[in-house]
Amino acid sequence: MTYELSHLRELEAESIHIMREVAAEFENPALMFSGGKDSIVMLRLAEKAFAPAKIPYPVLHVDTGHNFPEVIDFRDRRTAEVGARLIVASVQDTINAGRVVEETGARASRNRLQTTTLLDAIEEHRFDALFGGARRDEEKARAKERVYSFRDDFGQWDPKAQRPELWNLYNGRIKMGEHIRVFPISNWTELDIWQYIADDGIEIPSIYFAHKRNVFERDGMLLAENDFVERMEGENVYEEVVRYRTVGDITITGAVESGADTVEKIIEEVAATRQTERGATRADDRVSEAAMEDRKKEGYF
Amino acid sequence: MSEILRFATAGSVDDGKSTLIGRLLYDTKSIFEDQMEAVERTSEKMGTEHVNLALLTDGLRAEREQGITIDVAYRYFATPKRKFIIADTPGHTQYTRNMVTGASTADVALILVDARNGVIEQSRRHSFIASLLRIPHIVVCVNKMDLVDYDEEAFNKVKEEFREFAMRLEVPDLSFIPVSALVGDNVVDKSANMPWYEGPSLLTHLETIHTASDRNMVDVRFPVQYVIRPMSDEYHDYRGYAGTVAGGVMKPGDDVVVLPSGFESIIKSIDTFEGPVDEAFAPMAVTVRLNDEIDISRGDMICRPNNQPIVTQDVDAMICWMDETQSLSPRKKYAIKHTSRAARVMIKDINYRLDINTLHRDEEATEIKLNEIGRISFRSTLPLFVDEYRRNRETGSFVLIDEASNATVAAGMILGETAG
Repeated sequence: MTYELSHLRELEAESIHIMREVAAEFENPALMFSGGKDSIVMLRLAEKAFAPAKIPYPVLHVDTGHNFPEVIDFRDRRTAEVGARLIVASVQDTINAGRVVEETGARASRNRLQTTTLLDAIEEHRFDALFGGARRDEEKARAKERVYSFRDDFGQWDPKAQRPELWNLYNGRIKMGEHIRVFPISNWTELDIWQYIADDGIEIPSIYFAHKRNVFERDGMLLAENDFVERMEGENVYEEVVRYRTVGDITITGAVESGADTVEKIIEEVAATRQTERGATRADDRVSEAAMEDRKKEGYF
Repeated sequence: MSEILRFATAGSVDDGKSTLIGRLLYDTKSIFEDQMEAVERTSEKMGTEHVNLALLTDGLRAEREQGITIDVAYRYFATPKRKFIIADTPGHTQYTRNMVTGASTADVALILVDARNGVIEQSRRHSFIASLLRIPHIVVCVNKMDLVDYDEEAFNKVKEEFREFAMRLEVPDLSFIPVSALVGDNVVDKSANMPWYEGPSLLTHLETIHTASDRNMVDVRFPVQYVIRPMSDEYHDYRGYAGTVAGGVMKPGDDVVVLPSGFESIIKSIDTFEGPVDEAFAPMAVTVRLNDEIDISRGDMICRPNNQPIVTQDVDAMICWMDETQSLSPRKKYAIKHTSRAARVMIKDINYRLDINTLHRDEEATEIKLNEIGRISFRSTLPLFVDEYRRNRETGSFVLIDEASNATVAAGMILGETAG
């Protein structure tokens, strides 16, 4: 018998440790769930951390209203399966309440508006810790973020004033009104996530697999034909076999041409790919070199 | 072979560290085209002559604008043999704090030495911190070999110089590799330019370093993190103690003692989501059930009756001070986090402050400031269950937290119980 864990089991143990630590030290945590593969893995890890008991915190979905219907079905089914309470914070409600103003034009998106909805939900439900499925390999600003990421009263991230994080000792002390964003899968890569999904036989929404879809091209990305985006001149819709590498707001999430219709084929594709998933498929990160950093400072996921 | 290897690198841009990491990432195809294009675009904008690979790791706006590295950055790459996690720390500002942070979880420290300059102050500092944090393996890359005509003598000179200095430190495993990060010699593939070098390339070495024996598999230590009580019909009487194994191997049927109560029992079962397991070892996250109903809560420790940690309120430790707004001095009080246990401590004494360049001990020191290291003693409000840090990194480490600002102000490595 050799006392060694595979890399997936070691990552899993680290994540479970973090999830239990938060349950023990915070009054009112919640798990942010988008229906994307990272939050699906995170939900599975939470299930594992507390079995045979139920997950001791609710699941929070910040809903832009611009969704892939497959993903919403999946969200409802999966949260019911694990017996978690689902809280939906709706961007539409935030708009209706006059808290934010909807962007207009062909490039309008609700991506940035989500931050207000999220911060309002945190205040309303008095959440003191929020689990997010961000990974450090995704993006440069995230590569420098702590597992416990401190947020002030305004939900802001200050990259220059982060608490040192050593060993597996996490400092969760906060004052009233502040909160911590917790990233239990910080050390996982995109490939780790897929291998784990394969290993554990985890179900994921159908849009991750190759399927026929009406798409149009914008800025080198394939966007789905949908009711929320105005197409510009020359943006013609055509049918293509595609799949999604990330799942987000339908108006800014690009599909990739792919014939990968099984998890195994996706793993092969991911292992061979030469583009990061956010670079290939997210319009929100293309705005500027520091797009993610700027949004995070405001309180984004 | 453990599949994850965590390594820490430190240094400034000039010594070729970023180039070396860039090369490891690039040659293992871990840099993506869009990342490379972004780096090329930014390099061009900044008017630099070569593609600046440091931009791959410098992610924050201020860093790119000022050309500095603010913080520990984590990078990932994998080969068919292993997954690697790099904690990349800057060489200049907040140097000690960041390197201590990166080193705390590292299996390997990668230290770069310029073949032309030999062992300089910075190399000494890196090595000292690596040994203080008990990183079991140090790999010294003697870099820029292309600039000394791939001369074996130059390599040997650095090697001897380094060995002589490292004798004063505790380094269980020390190895040397002649490389040129810029050209790629001995980084991923073995170089034809140095036929006299018989060892492996850096990547091959990292792929084969044996780390399994670095973990403590002898002393059973299970800090209770969370008590699982489903209170459901199906699991009406279930009461499990969830935690991460911090040492030793646990098996159902083992006699155990629970600290601080001292009650003894037997492990009934070790549970996971997938079902019970025959044994658990570090760093597995499991749930332990015992034969007897004992009052156990977070912060308690399960271990073997004949092999217990030191139970004490008086601790001697090396600390690295990490707060810029205040210094450490006797009589000050802080919150402590040690395993899953939380308490308060009062600093009793500063034994000495250590000059990390000369290793000189200043026993007259009355305070320890930002980025300084020293030996202190403290008393805690509750008994702690500790091991020497050199014996167990999990039960031998702690952090101090300022109770007013909530900042993490110190990282500590336990030496033992205060004598007398």
